Amino acid sequence: MEGTLKNNTSKQLLWIGMIGITMFFAGLTSAVIVRSADRGWESIIMPQWFWYSTFAIVLSSITLMIAKRQVKKGISPTFYIVSSLILGLLFSCFQIMGWGQLVSDGIFLTGEKSHPAGSFLYVITLAHLIHVLGGLISLLVTTIKSAQVKYTKKNYLGIELTSIYWHFLDVLWLYLFVFLLYSLK
Amino acid sequence: MSDHHKETFITKYIFSIDHKMIAKQFLITGMLMGIVGMLMSILFRLQLSSPGEPFAILEWFGVDWNPTLDANGNVIGTPIMEGVLDPNLYLSLVTMHGTILVFWVLTAGLSGTFANFLIPLQIGARDMASGFINMLSYWFFFAATVVLLVSLFVQTGPASSGWTIYPPLSAVAESIPGSGLGQDLWLISMTLFVVSSLLGGLNYIVTILNLRTKGMSMSRLPLTIWAIFITAILGVLSFPVLLSACLLLVFDRTFGTSFYLSDIIIGGEALHHTGGSPILFEHLFWFLGHPEVYIILLPALGIVSEVMSVNSRKPIFGYKAMVLALIAIAFLSFIVWGHHMFITGMDPFLGSVFTFTTLLIAIPSAVKVFNYLATLWKASIRFTPAMLFTIGFVSTFLTGGLTGLILGDSALDINVHDTYFVVGHFHIVMGLSAIYGMFAGVYHWFPKMYGRMMNKKLGYLHFWVTFICAYGVFFPMHFLGLAGLPRRYYTNSNFPMFDELTDINQLITTFAIVGGLIQFIFVFNFFYSIFKGTKATKNPWESNTLEWTTPIERMHGNWPGEIPTVHRWPYDYSKPGAEKDFIPQTEPLKEGEEEH
Repeated sequence: MEGTLKNNTSKQLLWIGMIGITMFFAGLTSAVIVRSADRGWESIIMPQWFWYSTFAIVLSSITLMIAKRQVKKGISPTFYIVSSLILGLLFSCFQIMGWGQLVSDGIFLTGEKSHPAGSFLYVITLAHLIHVLGGLISLLVTTIKSAQVKYTKKNYLGIELTSIYWHFLDVLWLYLFVFLLYSLK
Repeated sequence: MSDHHKETFITKYIFSIDHKMIAKQFLITGMLMGIVGMLMSILFRLQLSSPGEPFAILEWFGVDWNPTLDANGNVIGTPIMEGVLDPNLYLSLVTMHGTILVFWVLTAGLSGTFANFLIPLQIGARDMASGFINMLSYWFFFAATVVLLVSLFVQTGPASSGWTIYPPLSAVAESIPGSGLGQDLWLISMTLFVVSSLLGGLNYIVTILNLRTKGMSMSRLPLTIWAIFITAILGVLSFPVLLSACLLLVFDRTFGTSFYLSDIIIGGEALHHTGGSPILFEHLFWFLGHPEVYIILLPALGIVSEVMSVNSRKPIFGYKAMVLALIAIAFLSFIVWGHHMFITGMDPFLGSVFTFTTLLIAIPSAVKVFNYLATLWKASIRFTPAMLFTIGFVSTFLTGGLTGLILGDSALDINVHDTYFVVGHFHIVMGLSAIYGMFAGVYHWFPKMYGRMMNKKLGYLHFWVTFICAYGVFFPMHFLGLAGLPRRYYTNSNFPMFDELTDINQLITTFAIVGGLIQFIFVFNFFYSIFKGTKATKNPWESNTLEWTTPIERMHGNWPGEIPTVHRWPYDYSKPGAEKDFIPQTEPLKEGEEEH
């Protein structure tokens, strides 16, 4: 398959895959809407750590944007890709610490003291984190390839695809965060 | 340049990345699963015709397959059935029959086969956008098949809460034996299945958008490709929602959350679950479930359009209207799921909204039926087996669609909800129509798949017996439903009010057995013809589409030289002034000739 066509098909495959992922989360969040309209819905204060993780993932998107600009100019983007990777790892750590805070606040995934609002919060954030794991693997591969100088001004499809997916995860988290903030209020 | 290269047995037949081989893998797996699903239906039909009576064929199974267990997991009662179908086994058979037919045969077997086979061949591409993803799609499907079949042999039996796996039955392992390990395996299998469908769908969409040959504009695409394209979009939008529903169910089952469960008492003991809602599952499930009906139907609609036009020797009537109707049906399928839930305590106003959106589907469906009839009108019909199944499709789509109007109306639906009326309706409109589309596709494209022809006489026998028996099975079910006979019941002989319906049930079972057995004629014809069928010519049906310009011998890359350029739409049949009654898409327009 020739270059431009390969670029187009790869990007489209990714975009359509992301539409599928969006529908998955649309299913979960619409379940929250349906359930929260019923009686017995409890409110939860969002852990402080989730605010930090939001900051980390937004920052990681910015560094990845810079990385893409660098490679377009022919400058090595490795530093910025590594920065995104570290920020992504930080995001994951903050999420896990957020769960820890939830447990200290008496909000559990399961068990007699659990309730659907808390369980939804755990499951939705966990599902997002699993998708982030895919993004981290992709960032790691991109970092290695970038360190091996495999990307050039004209050939940086790997960085483009990783960027699209990572920005998607960022936007998805922003949506989920705002949604959960209001629906669990 | 073609992509043909040296292949080993493994790369050619097993881990193949050639779309044609992958299509055959889907077809044969789908057919084998179809036989399993059909045999299951015959077993539970025996029970329904003669409840509680022994049958020699059931004795053959020997041990109690899905036994009732006590609290310690020990089998209660005799493990030998002595030819009488166990109630738990009955529920398992009904569940697995539905699961296999809906997902394995009519989704993967139909879409997986014809999308893979036809997309590159009809749009003029060497292969799919990603052969590797395509191969993965089949192997995920294969893994799903293995897991599902394994679930038949676990001690507590396969899933038995219905193909819709409604909680709380499916969410609490203690509720029935089939909600134990069998349900876990069902969920694992379905997850693998959804991954397979999504990988396939991504590939179909991207291939159709990017790899069309020169001249193959979207307005020149055969309707098969349009239908597959829209089906793939439906799949990408709806299957992930099923996955989200299943994820929450897994958490309820395995980790003790309460998304769908509340105030459950089993054996006098209250479970800890509080605050969940089983109705939530229904919303999520049917958000997939209704588009799934069209994921099943649309490819059949596409196949029927193509086969009908070829064998009528006429252009398909209203090409643009056919495409628009497909899009309209697909769009509407996302806003009608509530009609499966009219009796869940839904707000009557909301119910009327779902009634309205559901009845709207009648419009594009009627457009399609009208166009099929207009295509057949005054046509020089060639009654091939494929064409007979195509006409059979129009018949079932129409009769099944009419009862859909009754079920779509909330005021009428509540009277026949969960009765055999519903079973009759969806088997005719969805099951029969889609399977007829699939048969039409197999008979029509068999020469392209294997380079040989299927036996016509056996094809006719297959069609007529299937057609008569299928109506014989499902038409009387409407009357059973109107008489109030509930579906899913193990036995109806405990209710005197249904005693007079016994004869009808026996008649249905007789038709089911004959109709089931005749399918082996098809299976024989299929496999025999692969090796011994008459050798096919390059274009045996005198068809216009691109696949008939490829060589008879299979090759990876499809065309030995350049991919042909397309100059016209695919339905130039019996065009006034033309020498022959068909003009292939590759033939340039003559001077002064209008496209269509």
